[in-house]
Amino acid sequence: MTHGVSRRDFFMLAIGAAGAVLQDTTSVGRVYDPDRAGRAQAPVTAADNDKNVQALEKRLRCSCGCGLDIYTCRTTDFTCTYSPALHQQVLRMLGDGKTEQEVIDAFVAQYGQVVLMSPPRRGFNLLGYFVPGVVLVIAALGLVWMLRRWTRESPAAAPTMPAAPPPPDASPAELERLRDELDRLPG
Amino acid sequence: MTLLGYFSLWLALVVGLWGAITGFVGGAQGRADLQQSARHATFALFGALLIAVISLEVAIFRHDFSVQYVASRTSRNLPTFYLWSALYSGQEGSLLFWAAVLSLFAALTQLLTGGRYRVYLPYVAAVTSLVASFFVSVMLFAANPFKRLAFTPMDGQGMNPQLQNPGMVFHPPMLYLGYISITIPFAFAIAALLTKKLDTEWMVAVRKWTIVSWLFLSIGLLIGMWWAYVELGWGGYWAWDPVENAALLPWLVMTAYLHSVMIQEKRGMLKKWNLALILGAWVLSIFGTFLTRSGVIASVHSFTESPVGYYFLFFLVAATAATAVLYVTRLPLLQAEATLESMVSREASFLFNNLLLIGLAFSVLWGTLFPIISEAVVGVKITYGPPTFNFVNIPLGLTLLLMTGIGPLIAWRRASTANLRRQFAVPVTVGVFALLILLVGGMRDGWALGAFSLGAFVVGTVVQEFARGARARNRQYGEALPLAVLQLLSRNRRRYGGYIVHIGIVLLFVGFAGMAFKTETEATLRPGESAELRARDGHMYTFTHLGISQYNALNRQVTAALLDVRRDGKEIGRLRTEKRQHVDALGNRTFEPSTEVGIMSGLRVDLYVVLAGLVNGTEQAVFRFTINPLVWWVWFGGFVLVIGGLIVLWPGGAPVALKGSRASHVQAGYAVKLEAER
Repeated sequence: MTHGVSRRDFFMLAIGAAGAVLQDTTSVGRVYDPDRAGRAQAPVTAADNDKNVQALEKRLRCSCGCGLDIYTCRTTDFTCTYSPALHQQVLRMLGDGKTEQEVIDAFVAQYGQVVLMSPPRRGFNLLGYFVPGVVLVIAALGLVWMLRRWTRESPAAAPTMPAAPPPPDASPAELERLRDELDRLPG
Repeated sequence: MTLLGYFSLWLALVVGLWGAITGFVGGAQGRADLQQSARHATFALFGALLIAVISLEVAIFRHDFSVQYVASRTSRNLPTFYLWSALYSGQEGSLLFWAAVLSLFAALTQLLTGGRYRVYLPYVAAVTSLVASFFVSVMLFAANPFKRLAFTPMDGQGMNPQLQNPGMVFHPPMLYLGYISITIPFAFAIAALLTKKLDTEWMVAVRKWTIVSWLFLSIGLLIGMWWAYVELGWGGYWAWDPVENAALLPWLVMTAYLHSVMIQEKRGMLKKWNLALILGAWVLSIFGTFLTRSGVIASVHSFTESPVGYYFLFFLVAATAATAVLYVTRLPLLQAEATLESMVSREASFLFNNLLLIGLAFSVLWGTLFPIISEAVVGVKITYGPPTFNFVNIPLGLTLLLMTGIGPLIAWRRASTANLRRQFAVPVTVGVFALLILLVGGMRDGWALGAFSLGAFVVGTVVQEFARGARARNRQYGEALPLAVLQLLSRNRRRYGGYIVHIGIVLLFVGFAGMAFKTETEATLRPGESAELRARDGHMYTFTHLGISQYNALNRQVTAALLDVRRDGKEIGRLRTEKRQHVDALGNRTFEPSTEVGIMSGLRVDLYVVLAGLVNGTEQAVFRFTINPLVWWVWFGGFVLVIGGLIVLWPGGAPVALKGSRASHVQAGYAVKLEAER
């Protein structure tokens, strides 16, 4: 003998299913031991993901000693307590209506120039930016000057070299082979 | 065992100093008995240090926690794999590892170097013994790996979780092998300076060592980058950290040397310069060690601050001063045997390549030290971070890439206009074509465009060189082209192996340039929820959080998040990212929970997912999703570079040795004028 599902039972079942669906989307199960998963995280907000905020934080250094910028530190080293706090400080300042430059200025005023991932391009810092390039250009010019002197000093046939053989009647392929053979000589 | 190890360190010190004294005195006075004694001392030194290493490893494997080093670096439940690497995972052990490997290299040098180079060996033994003695004395007086604790703890503190990664098992020894092996060419250079035998002979004697050293430095740097990428979780592999920079410096200098030494071998020029490069590379390797171990600059790599830094500073200053004095006094003996004939020649282009490599090394050193300079000179603390390094060094790097292509195209001695036109036409066309395609494709990042088009140019040069060489063989010997290419590689390993290295460098630059197109986002997801992230190539990636699981592994409690990954709606696989809480054998928690990145690597992009943490202890989790384009090419480029280096290094492949002065034969060959090339 079979029992048909009464209208009332069906109604109750539907409510239960709807409840289960609702519950699935509104709550989420606890894990066995949350402590194993490190510090609890707050849900990500739109401000956390804001490209401008991230760009700003990439210009400011975290003060925990990691050497990373605030954004990279807070999204990498989840044991650091400084970078989340600094992130909140940045958000607060932006929330107060400060411009990006004002936030940076405030950080510099509070922590000193060391807080900037790139030192401002002025004064002594210019040496940090441009000494390598300038030294390299000067060295290159010096090298060109030296090479010119050397090439002027060297006559068409250098005295230490054997006399030039008669010009070979060589095809490019033969020249390639000669170069190859020369390269292969042990030296 | 630890007592045995400790005694063998003292023995090593005595033997090392004896080897140094007998080597120098025996070399100077020409006394064969002392020279023999110095040679034997290198073997005894290796024996003593090997016993010390074995003693420490035995203590580690026996979990002898009465030894401070063992107690502070390992625990009973540390996987065996990492018990091996515990040997060099800390200050004291790595010093021992360093000294032992150096003594091994020193002994091998004495065994393997024969014939005409024997004249250098007493001094080589002296220098290597002296350097090893320094490392041993640092251990004995400041960082004793066999130091005992007043009590024996139940279990050790375990290894830092970040070091529990395969990359960390191989990265430090590879880098150390690179650093350490520079000591051998350095010792030969000092021997050449002391014996005043400053022709090209000593360089031929150390040719293999210089390539070995360069290869190990390359492998060490690459594995270090890989480790940083897969373990540290910030989504990159190079942060311009002072210690990374310190490892890059000797690599750059050795790279410069490997190019310029060819000019000396073939033309007898640049003797002063080459000698200076070898001496400089060694000094920089000690400088790097000093930076790592002194804590003078804050770095993720720094060992704890200890008096070890002062020892290294003293050694660095003393060794640099002694080397510089010796070098300057010998300068008059270092005269070139030939002169440069043209600004447009292989020689000149190698000089510019050297200038760039050394300029880049100087630039990296300058950036590393600039915070100290700024504080000392104007009293302002500043940060010289990655953006500044990139600003200064990317243009230099791209110019170097350009030179990588130009160098091999210019003929030795003097290149004619016709020669230049013939050589450059195809590669330049390839480079310009690549640039146009990318521009039409919508790429607008200047540096990336530069890297890709210059890379295409360099690949063009290499393919052209292979094609011409293979065609020549095909015409001469009738070999099929694939066989001809293999014959080229096997018969002229340095030249064609070098070209393979150039291809590796191009691939590395391609990978580096990919970072310009990185995209990332953070998201909080409940199980079943998804986050979307569009890559710069237009594909949409969807990450669906499937749930959190927790379980115990050997020495850790794992919290793992599983994600379903789709590209443009089509499932491409699953990613797992973890939090790991490490525990000791008693179940006590050690260290803070660490993050294990989930990476799905592909030719176009890497999907890189980090589990930031859970919300209120629930399965709702915070993730960071990053799309890193072209990272795979960095590792593949590194692989190609290493293969190229191995081809160069592989023994044989050269024709039978010439009688008499080989160098002069070779140089005579290069002095022949190729009239048709004018």
